[in-house]
Amino acid sequence: MAKSLETLEEVTIRFAGDSGDGMQLTGTQFTNSVAALGADLSTLPDYPAEIRAPAGTTYGVSGFQIKFGSTDILTPGDACDVLVAMNPAALITNRKLLRDGGIIIVNEDTFNDKNLKLANLTTNPLEDGSLTKFQVHRIAISKLTAAALEDMNLSTKFMDKTKNFFALGLMYWMYNRPIDQSVKFIREKFSSKDPQVAEANIRVLKAGYNFGDTTEFFTTRYDVRPAQLPAGKYRNIMGNVATALGLVAAAKKAGLDLFLGSYPITPASDILHELSHLKEYGVKTFQAEDEIAAICSAIGASYAGALAATTTSGPGLALKTEALGLAIMLELPLIIVDVQRGGPSTGLPTKTEQSDLLQAVLGRNGEAPLCVIAASTPVDCFTAAYEAARIAVKFMTPVMCLTDGYLGNGAEPWRVPRVEELSPIPVRFATDPKGFQPYSRNPETLARPWAIPGTPGLEHRIGGLEKDQLTGNISYDPENHDIMVKTRAEKIERIANDIPLQTVEGDPKGDLLVVGWGSTYGAIKTAVASARERGLSVSHAHIMYLNPFPKNLGKILGNYPKILVPEINNGQLVRLLRAKYLIPAIGFNVVKGLPLRAEEIENTINDILGGNNG
Amino acid sequence: MAETAQVKLTIKDFQSDQDVRWCPGCGDYSILAQIQRIFPEFPHKKENYVAVSGIGCSSRFPYYMDVYGLHGIHGRAPAIATGVKLANPNLDVWVATGDGDGLSIGGNHMIHMLRRNVNIKVLLFNNEIYGLTKGQFSPTSKLGQLTKSTPSGVIDPPFIPVSLALGAGATFVARTMDRDPKHLQEIVRRVEKHHGSAFVEIYQNCVVFNDAAFFQYTEKETRDDNVVYLEHGKPLVFGKNKEKGVRLNGFTPEVVDITNGKYSTGDILVHNEDDSTLAFILANMIHNPALPRPMGVFLAQDRTTYEDAMQAQIAKAKAKKGEGDLQKLLDGEETWDIS
Repeated sequence: MAKSLETLEEVTIRFAGDSGDGMQLTGTQFTNSVAALGADLSTLPDYPAEIRAPAGTTYGVSGFQIKFGSTDILTPGDACDVLVAMNPAALITNRKLLRDGGIIIVNEDTFNDKNLKLANLTTNPLEDGSLTKFQVHRIAISKLTAAALEDMNLSTKFMDKTKNFFALGLMYWMYNRPIDQSVKFIREKFSSKDPQVAEANIRVLKAGYNFGDTTEFFTTRYDVRPAQLPAGKYRNIMGNVATALGLVAAAKKAGLDLFLGSYPITPASDILHELSHLKEYGVKTFQAEDEIAAICSAIGASYAGALAATTTSGPGLALKTEALGLAIMLELPLIIVDVQRGGPSTGLPTKTEQSDLLQAVLGRNGEAPLCVIAASTPVDCFTAAYEAARIAVKFMTPVMCLTDGYLGNGAEPWRVPRVEELSPIPVRFATDPKGFQPYSRNPETLARPWAIPGTPGLEHRIGGLEKDQLTGNISYDPENHDIMVKTRAEKIERIANDIPLQTVEGDPKGDLLVVGWGSTYGAIKTAVASARERGLSVSHAHIMYLNPFPKNLGKILGNYPKILVPEINNGQLVRLLRAKYLIPAIGFNVVKGLPLRAEEIENTINDILGGNNG
Repeated sequence: MAETAQVKLTIKDFQSDQDVRWCPGCGDYSILAQIQRIFPEFPHKKENYVAVSGIGCSSRFPYYMDVYGLHGIHGRAPAIATGVKLANPNLDVWVATGDGDGLSIGGNHMIHMLRRNVNIKVLLFNNEIYGLTKGQFSPTSKLGQLTKSTPSGVIDPPFIPVSLALGAGATFVARTMDRDPKHLQEIVRRVEKHHGSAFVEIYQNCVVFNDAAFFQYTEKETRDDNVVYLEHGKPLVFGKNKEKGVRLNGFTPEVVDITNGKYSTGDILVHNEDDSTLAFILANMIHNPALPRPMGVFLAQDRTTYEDAMQAQIAKAKAKKGEGDLQKLLDGEETWDIS
């Protein structure tokens, strides 16, 4: 039968199933296909901390959301248009995320008594009338998958594992995407191990696609056109990969080897994985025995002349705290990447949060000032990591680069920079013994010399004890300590001379300025743009440099009588802004382990400005 | 670059301009002096030495050596030193640590560094007490020992540092004493020659908080009867007139008289530095007070070092894929153009 093709500007799809159902793989495959189309996109993997939580339970549900379109896509979407639910638990935990009238595709084979009970359901939602405001497509995905594999003599358990490819194939058909890329992926991933596995998965993928094409279940397919993105070469990239590449690029531009000391921790481990594959770039990755050894090895490597980094998440950063103080005292370049997650303590390992800002800026013993910068999108992780390295080397100081679980695991298209576009990172090791003093300073940056072991005549000792302001020898002199405390602070303040001024999206003056940082960028931008369309006087400033702040930030804040600071924490940036600029900024704080939604920010803007909620 | 004749280094080249601030009579002075005395013998450039330490009396060591030095934080010297060595494997990295720094707060880093066999030399000054914090018990203090924090006596059994290092998989393990300069020098010479992690426990007298803890092993009057020196390929004989020996009865060492006709030198255990099982037996002799305390090299084995393995993987990747091209890396596998 003839099927119509409808063009959409943007679509949000959520794949949800058991954590063993391969939903992350399905989502990633779909994302790569959409990226190749040239659409703009944003993704949100949302999975439990347990690797394989008991099958069928609500807490074992793993989700992957993607928003893509021909427009400028800034967030993975507040509400979904399509929900693919592989079992009752996935349906019940995710249906509240679906817009009214949205499409639900369920694997009806899983809606049996056992699974309904596991999902704590007393009635079957497919039959109790609770889904009437949605378009529900009940498909026997398990049975159709088994049928596609009938003559292959495979176990039921194995066949069941391939059913995610049926859902993927169906979505490819529905959104007019070719299956070739995934076929190639399956061949590369499985053929060498077991050709039969590759064959089975490809069959099921095709079965899903053909099901959409031939049955009368679906009458419409949707087409999303490429987005109008600036000219250039593009790829799809996840935030953690972008962070890794930012570090490698910085090392290459600086002419140094990259050393990563790291300890596995969710959601930062992917940076370690990525870098461990890049040995031909001279990258040395050291998986240490713990978080403390990870940063200490990086400090040692930096002392010896490598571009050194350590990657972690909140609890790991807490463990690194003392060593971070040492790096501040030694005044050696070091990049600390904190992929923030829900806290405190072990908190919500796989969920996102912005609650390490105060830990990053303030969380150490003694007066221990630290430069802190934050990425605002998955792609921006590259820029933030690169910029952290540039500042670290120029100012001879550790720099904290904050990302978060949402940025680290999220993906979007990246206009890949040309290597020659990247700002230079000049490195000059000290070599001249004449008049050499370990703590003499560059008059402009206050950076001390980087004198690495192996250099004749520069033998010197540094350490965590307070040092003489010139020789670096141990000094307990009161005047000297006062000078050193203030010099270390002044050096970090002077970084403000070396970073871009703060920009504002919107108007230079107005009724309200929404100030954000980190991964709330897309949601705030969407909310502010929408409010402005409705005539409200509201603008948006997103701060990348959190310590020190850009020099013009105070002036900008003074141009708006009202300041709103949305954060995925209980009010951390707002506290820093109030303390430094003595302004009555107010916070908007939702701490659910999920990205902020544009809609809730816009509602808050309306509340403040007395606008119409529509 | 033209080969230039190596300038002959002297003891003065290794003495820094800093006043040494250990207590008068501290065993650390002797250790420092022996190191400074024999470092000039080694074929290394002065600028390639790096001394790394943690916190404690022993950890002030780098300040007094005129080489590159990093005085780190408590217990973390092995981790810092590992980073130094991995970043530049040409450096000669030495760690000075103590029983508290190296075995208590830093115990985890120590065992993992030894297990990996990073080519780092560890001098562990064991004085069986916390000196810098003024006299609390350490993980090597004796059971029942009265200290500032154990007025009723220590109740946790001590580590045997040599056993711990062997258990961690160290490839070189030795014990020596601050008050036996010649032996200390010999051991440090052996350490320098070893390619891999080297762990040396040095009995060190703390004159203020744990004076004379090792005197039965270090003093002339008692040493001969209480110490057996380990020498590769030689029997474990000791005593003023070499009249006693250590014999293995099954797996259990015992002391026998080799002058009374019942036993002869031929019955005595012969040391083999390459035998890790024997090394454990020797290390555990400490449990039997009737046995002499072994001094010397317990184990010396060759095994690939961590940094060599790391460099080999890098070289292999470069040989296979060529020197990494940054633009290619950024572009990734799948790109599309928008014009």
